[in-house]
Amino acid sequence: MNRVVITGMGIYSCIGKNLEEVKNSLYEGKSGIKIDEERIPFGYRSPLTGMVERPNLKSDLSRRQRVSLGEEGEYAYVATIEALKNAKIDQDYIDANEVGILYGNDSTAQSVIESIDTIREKKDTTLVGSGAIFKGMNSSVTMNLSTIFRLTGINFTISAACASGSHSIGMAYQLIKSGLQDCVICGGAQEINKLAMGSFDGLGVFSLNTENPEQASRPFDSSRDGLVPSGGAATLILESYDSAVKRGAPILGEIIGYGFSSNGDHISTPNVEGPSRAMLKAIKQANINPSDIFYVNAHATSTPVGDANEARAIVNVFGENGPYVSSTKSMTGHECWMAGASEVIYSMLMMHHDFIAPNINLKQPDEAASKLNLVSKTLDKKFDVFLSNSFGFGGTNSALIIKK
Amino acid sequence: MVKEVIIEKINDFLIDEFEVEQDDIAPEANLKDTLELDSLDFVDLVVAVESNFGVKLVGEDFVNVKTLQDFYDLIENKLS
Repeated sequence: MNRVVITGMGIYSCIGKNLEEVKNSLYEGKSGIKIDEERIPFGYRSPLTGMVERPNLKSDLSRRQRVSLGEEGEYAYVATIEALKNAKIDQDYIDANEVGILYGNDSTAQSVIESIDTIREKKDTTLVGSGAIFKGMNSSVTMNLSTIFRLTGINFTISAACASGSHSIGMAYQLIKSGLQDCVICGGAQEINKLAMGSFDGLGVFSLNTENPEQASRPFDSSRDGLVPSGGAATLILESYDSAVKRGAPILGEIIGYGFSSNGDHISTPNVEGPSRAMLKAIKQANINPSDIFYVNAHATSTPVGDANEARAIVNVFGENGPYVSSTKSMTGHECWMAGASEVIYSMLMMHHDFIAPNINLKQPDEAASKLNLVSKTLDKKFDVFLSNSFGFGGTNSALIIKK
Repeated sequence: MVKEVIIEKINDFLIDEFEVEQDDIAPEANLKDTLELDSLDFVDLVVAVESNFGVKLVGEDFVNVKTLQDFYDLIENKLS
């Protein structure tokens, strides 16, 4: 079995457009939550969202490449450029070696809706243009990036709701561990536009704290009133230890456990048993004790039931006052399909810069969360092992354990 | 629409939207070999023609279109 290491990371998020900016925001406890004025007249209950700028890729990509790339693909491209550079992988290396891609994504709403609107208006499918099909398929990110970077290895998209990004890392880990691949680009992308989040808003689970957008996302706090949607993209380069050593790549961390489970329960309400099993499986696979884990980056999205059940699951696995716990969604909002990958990067940045980012807006933990060792202010601490939780609709759970 | 206006509009969208090199624009230029338009670009040509001239082309219209001059002539015929 191969050891699997992380050799590169790239991030494009509402708290920073690159690793350095994101690291600073995490340390400072800076929120990326804003109000999108367009959402109210459109019919949203809540206009709160994480916001990122659409990158201008005209000088980076050809017209053919750009017309096929939707919003989430643009974010993924920018994050992947940073990750490849970070990993010291150039096009010559990719052309000479089998590099794969497994990326988390679970919607292309804007691309689909805009092309259907055009067909309805023009009554002619040709008039949607040649890029519509490649932007509208759920595998848009992987089909585009694999073409742009001329990848020749594994190539598909992982759709697992808000655990998509985490499962993409887990699956890449399995392929490299078993020797089927040496190097895989993985991550998660999430579109941010009013067409993408309307049906989620319709469930009534978004925070309505429009008076104080930066305080709206408050995981584990007793006054939380819902999540805040967000997005962007996060890319990690996973590689076998041997491959990384052979090419003198930076070794940023090692993946030692990937636990997964399905709740077999309600479609949207998370439970305690499923996440507990995922964490326990990851710990068993890592062959460590729960007490070896210093920090847990919680999935906690700021919904009343979800956070409380995750708190119970963490107590189940680690006992009361176990590892330090924070939810970076307090700053970023819920980055959905991207979150499982971005939160590994946030935790990696913390581990490399000796701090634990705060769970901002935590004034009074609720009863379940009061048993956790929650970090509400930036903590300067060295650590070398963390666990990152990601859960999604349908009861899909993923827990990753990474060590320095 | 006079032929000069048709040619100017086509040249403009080829340069601006399709990023064809201005130096490659010539009546005898082959759309595939010289302007490097591929099968997917021909779909976008249909879109560009519809938005610029209000004319809907179909695949068969391109059967005898090899050069830019053929393309100018096609649009002129459709508009006449």
